Parts: sequence; C-alpha cells; structure tokens
Amino acid sequence: MSGRGGRTITVDTLARVEGEGALYIKMAGDRVADVKLRIYEPPRLFEAFLRGRHFSEAPDITARICGICPIAYQMSAVHAIERALGIKIAPEVRLLRRLFYCGEWIESHALHVYMLHAPDFLGYQDVIEMAKDHRAVVEKALRLKKIGNWIVQLMGGREIHPISAAVGGFHKVPSKRQLRELVSDLEWALEASLETVRWTSTLQFPDFEQDYEFVALRHPEEYPFCEGRLVSNRGLDIDAAEYEDCFTEFHVKHSNALHSMVRGRGSYLVGPLARFNLNYDKLPEVARKAALDVGLKPPVKNLFRSIVVRAVELVFACSEALRIIAEYEPPEVPRVEAPNRTGVGQAITEAPRGILFHRYAIDDQGLIVTAKIVPPTSQNQKRIEDDLREYAAQLAAWPLEEATWKCEQAVRCYDPCISCATHFLKVVIERA
Amino acid sequence: MSSEPKRKVKAKADPTTSPKPRPKPKIGVFKFASCDGCQLSLLDAEDELLSVVGAVDIAYFPEATRTMLKGPYDIGLVEGSITTHHDAERIQEVRRKCTTLITIGACATAGGIQALRNWKDVDEFIRVVYATPQFISTLKLSTPIAEHVPVDFELRGCPINKYQLIELITATLAGRKPNIPTYSVCMECKRKANVCIAVARGIACLGPVTQAGCGALCPSYDRGCYGCYGPMETPNTASLTSQFRILGQTDDQVSRAFRSFNAWAWQFRKASEECKRT
Repeated sequence: MSGRGGRTITVDTLARVEGEGALYIKMAGDRVADVKLRIYEPPRLFEAFLRGRHFSEAPDITARICGICPIAYQMSAVHAIERALGIKIAPEVRLLRRLFYCGEWIESHALHVYMLHAPDFLGYQDVIEMAKDHRAVVEKALRLKKIGNWIVQLMGGREIHPISAAVGGFHKVPSKRQLRELVSDLEWALEASLETVRWTSTLQFPDFEQDYEFVALRHPEEYPFCEGRLVSNRGLDIDAAEYEDCFTEFHVKHSNALHSMVRGRGSYLVGPLARFNLNYDKLPEVARKAALDVGLKPPVKNLFRSIVVRAVELVFACSEALRIIAEYEPPEVPRVEAPNRTGVGQAITEAPRGILFHRYAIDDQGLIVTAKIVPPTSQNQKRIEDDLREYAAQLAAWPLEEATWKCEQAVRCYDPCISCATHFLKVVIERA
Repeated sequence: MSSEPKRKVKAKADPTTSPKPRPKPKIGVFKFASCDGCQLSLLDAEDELLSVVGAVDIAYFPEATRTMLKGPYDIGLVEGSITTHHDAERIQEVRRKCTTLITIGACATAGGIQALRNWKDVDEFIRVVYATPQFISTLKLSTPIAEHVPVDFELRGCPINKYQLIELITATLAGRKPNIPTYSVCMECKRKANVCIAVARGIACLGPVTQAGCGALCPSYDRGCYGCYGPMETPNTASLTSQFRILGQTDDQVSRAFRSFNAWAWQFRKASEECKRT
C-alpha cells in the first residue's frame, strides 16, 4: 500500500452500471502505471447466432443484447436491414420511430441522472439511501422515468423488449387519440426536465477537462436519432457504410468487449457530451435556453458535466415527443412489405449512451449471412481507460477509499452499459 | 434446543422498553449471462419501488447500489444463464448463501437466447466474433440455473412481468404459494376478447404452447406470439407443428420459431429437433 508512495485502487464490483465489469489502476507514486477496464461479462455471441436467422427476427433478437436500451438495438437493426433490402419507410413511421426513441431516452436518462449517478455527487451509496433525505427528488425522478416508459409501453406493448418494431415500420401503430393521452404527462415531464437541468447544474464538478474526439450523428434539420452523417470535431464526416473503413476494433486480453479506435488516431467519445457538442444548434429553443441559463455551451469538455447534458437531452426528448404527438397522423399502413432479397446494409443510431452500429448481409432467402454490431460502451472503453490514466494521477494524494469512489464516479459518467458491450464493474487501484 | 427457554425469555422481556423491530428480510440480486432487463424490472416498478425497498433490505444489488452486504440472504434473485466455468462455481456459492433461490427470466430458467450455441460448435462461434479466440473462456453450453443447483421458484419471461415479480416476493415473504398461472397465452387472448390471429388470419402463433404472463401482447399488436414465457405446463407442440405446416411454414421456419429465447427448455428443444428430423 505505502512503499514509496505507490498503491493499487481496486473496486471489485463497480456498482450502478448496467452489467458487470472491474477497474484496476496501478499507481507508481504520482504516475499511473496501468489502467485496465476489465469486462468479464460472459460473451453471448450474438453476431454468431444471428447467422441463418431470418432478417425479420433481428429486431427482436438484438433487443436482447440490452434490457436498458432495447429500442436502440431495434432501431439500428431495422434501419440497417431496410437499407440492405432497399426499402423506404413512410414519413409517419419515421416520426413514430423518433417518438419511440424519445421514450427510451427519457427512461434511460432519468434512471441514470437520478438513480445511478446523482448519489455519487451527493455522497450516497444508492438512490434508496438518497430517498431518505431527498424523497421529493426521487419521486419526481420515478415519475419522469415512468413517463418515458409509458411512451415505450404504448407504442411497443412493454418497457423492456417491446414487441412492435418491425422491418418496414411497426406491427401496429398507435391512434392519434392514444398519443394525445400522453400530452399532459409530457408537459409535466418537460417542466421536470427543466428543473433537472437547474438541479444538476448546482452539483459540484471536479475540474477535469480533456481533449476529446467527439463522435456523433449529425442531421441537417434535427437533433439526431436514427439518421444523419457520422461526424467528429476532428474532421470526420462519413456515411454509416464507411464506418468500418474509418474505425477499427481490437481485442485486448482483459476485456470480453472489443475496444474501438478511430483509424490512425486513437480513442474517441460517444454519447450525450458528443451529441451536445456537435449538434447544439439543432436543439429546440427550449433546450438550448435551458443549457445557456446554467452556463452550458459547447464545447463541454468536462466529463463530469455529462449529467447536466443528459438533463438537457431530457428537455429535448420531452419537447420533441410533444412536437411529434401534435403533428402525428397515422400512416396508411403500419409497415411496408419487406421482400427477401440479397443485400448488405449498415446503420448507425444514437442509443442513450452513444452511437450503435449494425451491419447485416442478407441472402436471397432473407437469411442473415453475417452480422456485425458495435455498441456504444465498447466504443467508449478505450476512452474510459485514457480518462482514468489522467484522473487517477490527479488523485494520487487522496486517501485510497475516496480516490476509488472518485474513479468509479468517473466511469459512471459514461453510463456504461456492459451488458451491451458484452458485463460486473470492479475497480482496483494499485499504488505500488 | 426445545422452544421452552425461548418462551421464558419472551416472558421476561422488560415491558418498559419498546419491542425490537424484526430485522427486514435481506434480498440479493445476482447476475450471470443476461441483458440486465429482468433485474431492471425491479427499478421499473416506479410506483412500487419505494414501498418494496421499505419492506425489505436490499443487501446486494450492484446495478442499483454500491452497498454490498455479505450473505446469508433470505431471498436470492438470480438473472442469467451459466456459460463459464467461473459462473458454474459462483452459482454454487450463491445457492449456499440464499435461503430461497428464485430464478428470474428466460436466461436463468431456460438458458436464454445465448443457448442457441448449444446446437453449434462454440469455438467456431467465438472465432466469428473475436479476433483472438484464445482470450475467451466459455462453456460449450448455455444452461439454466436449475441444471446446476436446486431452485425454489422459476419466474418465466423475456423479460419477466414486474407485477409477477412483486407477487412472487410478497408471497415468499408471507410464506404462501404465489399466484402465477401456468396456462397458455391463449387464455389471456380470450380474456382480452382478441380475435384469434392464427385462426382468423393464418398467422403462425406460439400462443397455444406458451405460458401466459405477458398479457397476450403480440396477438394484441397484430403479430404471432414468439414464445417469451417458454413452454406452458402441458404444451402440445406436435399439434402446433402440424398447424404451422398447414400454414405453409417450412421445417426450418418451424424449428426457428421454437428456437429463440427459451430454445433450451426441453419441450421447445424437442419440438425444434423433431421438425428438423421429419
């Protein structure tokens, strides 16, 4: 522990993340000798068993990669397959998919902001302990989360692994009246989200800015969900089809999730911070104003402020949901025919945690020949390690227990979803 | 050892001090290979969450809390299937620490979607996904928890129904039998007055052989049931297979229908293998 000021920070099970991983940091004095984000969630091998399944099964099967963001998987799957088959969806369906995604963002961001991340800032072990002192805040969070879940439930039958998404559209679409029933709750949710922006902005943020390469979708007219080009603050500007030319995945021994890099450069960051910094001008007025009022402007380079950015995205998602419901007309048919046809298609959509890439090759029977899936947490993995290398050095003088908690908090800024990336977060800091 | 001395102690208790509150039952939530969705159902019970955590002591639930108390636990909720040597050992330890062990979801009760490897060469599967296969350690089969340790109750579903979970926890704490039906999805369709999509529209539907619990969601959304809750108590899979063939399904299609999230449940497994053979 002591011996010439070196030590190891170990968190055996990193809590309040989705899935299971461990963090190991080895210090030599003030210097960080080694950082390993170990993901030992057992591999489930989705890309292998998707082979030979019919393309129509892919949205339901890939949803099971993650219980927290099943809609992201369904949306990336249907868009990639539609591209492979050359199908055009109706504009009404396009809007409904945005609304579906709004529901997932509200549910996932409310869960992360209040129940998984806020306890770190306020010094609680969990939201249950936090509820003893801040019951009203927690009740508000639960209601907000529930409203997100309602959108998903109404459109997809249930919150987790909804059943309505299909290649070509939806199995069944909601009526105007059904959607209008959500309006008063969403108006409340919009107000609650604005309060969330103000509330999160009063938290204490460590002084920790990094020079990130932010990567997110960008669409000419709107804040991105399912469409747009993939851009970065370092000149990347590509179509989803070029993703594999510009990014590379590699396998490290300590992780069952593949690491990702921008070819020829290095680690990059996906998720709320990247989306906000690259698409600030596409946010609706209400969200931009909420951000400005608390002094949040791009580029936000402090990872810890991602909790405020998530709150701003909550404002966006509530206001976008209200806009869509106001102009919604049901499509003529819920989905267009999807014929069996040979083809290859890629798609990227914005999961709550960042971009999610899917590619499918399909044969003339409609069976999947190959599938490739790159989840957001797997893409952030290397960036998390790079951040901790810097951050743990700053904490060299801190007592071990507090330094360990701070490192856990830094990891949680990414809202890592290890089930996606493969799972168990366990943090070890070794000071030797 | 007899109960006599205990009674005496009670009688002697000083009436001026308030009675010591009974310790709350301790619950642990344990994860194996899975998507996290079933344990998320607990956090998704927004209206009930604060009451549930008021009635029990969440002693181990890494997805929600940094506090990790050592066992024993009164109730252990286990999500996920066994796919590694390490997990095969860990489940033994979890079983030893839990008075009542409940498995939640299709992965824990039937091996999950990842059990599709059970019909294939897993090494080949790993080579498809990973550049350096020698870094990966995994078992050839993905198996349900009950193949490794005795299980007190299996809650079905992909994902589970959160109200069934709350009913199960409540019943376990009260020491009564949980009210969780084992009949088929068809019963739920009838109750909702759904027109049968299989009969009226010729849509292939696993409803007749699948256990209820979802509220007949898929038929209510104009699609056939795809079997999230696994086989019902006495499924007539042979009859359904011939019905699927009458609807024009190929053997491959029928086999795939049985091989999804509950593929390794023996009734579905048998049905999927039989239609491949004939």
